[in-house]
Amino acid sequence: MIPKINSADYQCFPLGDSAIVLEFGREISVSINTRIRLICEWLDEYTFEGFVDYVPAFTTITVYYEPWVINYDKLEEMLDEMISGIGEEDEITARSPIEIPVLYGGHYGPDLDVVARQCQLTTAEVIRIHHAAEYLVYMIGFAPGFPYLGGMDERIATPRKETPRALIPAGSVGIAGKQTGIYPIETPGGWQIIGQTPLQLFNIDREVPALLKAGDRIRFISVTEQEFIQIKKENGH
Amino acid sequence: MGIKVLKGGLLSTIQDLGRFGYQKDGIVVSGAMDLLALRIGNLLVGNAESEAGLEITLLGPSLFFEADQRIAITGADLSPAIDGMPVGMWRPLRIAKGSTLSFGKPIDGCRSYLAVSGGFDIPLVLNSYATYLNGKFGGHEGRALKTGDTLSFKRNNQPSSGKINWKADLKLYPDLKTRAIRVIEGPEINLFSEESIAAFFTSEFRISTAADRMGYRLEGQQLKWTASQDLLSSAVTFGTIQVPAQGDPIILMADHQTTGGYPRIAQVISCDLTLLAQMRPGDVFKFELITLARAHELLILREQQLKQLKQTIAFKYE
Repeated sequence: MIPKINSADYQCFPLGDSAIVLEFGREISVSINTRIRLICEWLDEYTFEGFVDYVPAFTTITVYYEPWVINYDKLEEMLDEMISGIGEEDEITARSPIEIPVLYGGHYGPDLDVVARQCQLTTAEVIRIHHAAEYLVYMIGFAPGFPYLGGMDERIATPRKETPRALIPAGSVGIAGKQTGIYPIETPGGWQIIGQTPLQLFNIDREVPALLKAGDRIRFISVTEQEFIQIKKENGH
Repeated sequence: MGIKVLKGGLLSTIQDLGRFGYQKDGIVVSGAMDLLALRIGNLLVGNAESEAGLEITLLGPSLFFEADQRIAITGADLSPAIDGMPVGMWRPLRIAKGSTLSFGKPIDGCRSYLAVSGGFDIPLVLNSYATYLNGKFGGHEGRALKTGDTLSFKRNNQPSSGKINWKADLKLYPDLKTRAIRVIEGPEINLFSEESIAAFFTSEFRISTAADRMGYRLEGQQLKWTASQDLLSSAVTFGTIQVPAQGDPIILMADHQTTGGYPRIAQVISCDLTLLAQMRPGDVFKFELITLARAHELLILREQQLKQLKQTIAFKYE
């Protein structure tokens, strides 16, 4: 059961003249993430006049509004009223974990050796530790469909590369400090790349372009190169 | 029937008011840099404000019209001409089939907007016509116009209807020579040293050459945080001023990422985004701190003026 949200749980402040931020502390936690998700679900169902958009993040949800339709104080009051009371009997919509196939190492994960060396593990141990855990998608940001994942075992934490790579292929799975993530589109980046998924995390031509959303849980599954190629083919790319 | 692109210009992209509702998936809003100019342009030709228009940057394109059209050019003065004859801005214009619209010397501002009556026939991507250049989607094939492209009109205009010897009353569009950008405090202003905060509000900043639709990197006093704090990523928006460790502030513009992790020292008020959108690399300006209440007054006033303009124009097209 989720404890009921009350207005003492968060602070409100403006982000410019057309957005309000609700901040639930400054520490990443599953319970805060759940609360933010409940608010998102609420906003998906009940919008209000002057509502424009919302952006959930680790401990914040930012709501964009039209100040000529609804004024800031009234908006804050209304959000307070609506949000306190969410929780208790509100069940978070259950989602089963999404499996992300990954081909680790070699050409697809050129930094797997770096991570193993840095963490004084064998590459097989790094892979085992990486796919043993279940990860929570805390938020999507930085690039279309890019998931910020929580839950990585700190035994495989590795600092970013000193010089970022000019181009990292879409689907690359990497480690940066205590975080792991997947690059949805080809982009420059400094993460240590340990593998690649054949799934498309972002495809604008799909009905739902982003594969993952905040609140999803995922597991990595190790696949062979043959399986990797097969899945890639089935996904039509 | 539509437009044949004889020359694409420096950066000409289809834009609208932005792609909202998908920021939670990390999808960038995009849309016109100078939203006010696009909105007025659309109103002038009798369109809804949200219709797609062409954003034209500094060196404009050459566009051959395959059909009669009613158009309007707003925003920066980039010396528009029809068949070589200079034409006025901020008013509806008739352009005849077989004519070419071209642009010349940039006189004032950075971005001009072309609206056509009825709008361009562009496929909607996630509910918007806006081009997102880095994502390669939206607008015309997700990219800037180039020679040989064609843009279709949604409908062909009745060329002879309605008198069009009138001009928009421009008291709602700011003087582009203004060199004060009004801001309100950002959520992390207290992470900066007193000297940095003072420098931010008193010294001049120059727009560097690292300035595009994503954001403008500024040059001037470097700003320092008092404590190196590991901030958790959170939402950023059009006009957010964030400061990376190196100290040069960055103003996020229309193609900004949805979230960021740098301290946000201030936020440009919505009304002054037009001024910023019309500045060029090398332009120098100062920031001026105002209250949220004042920012709201200004924005509400502007929306009222736009509404009035809309009513006046609707009357003319009746």
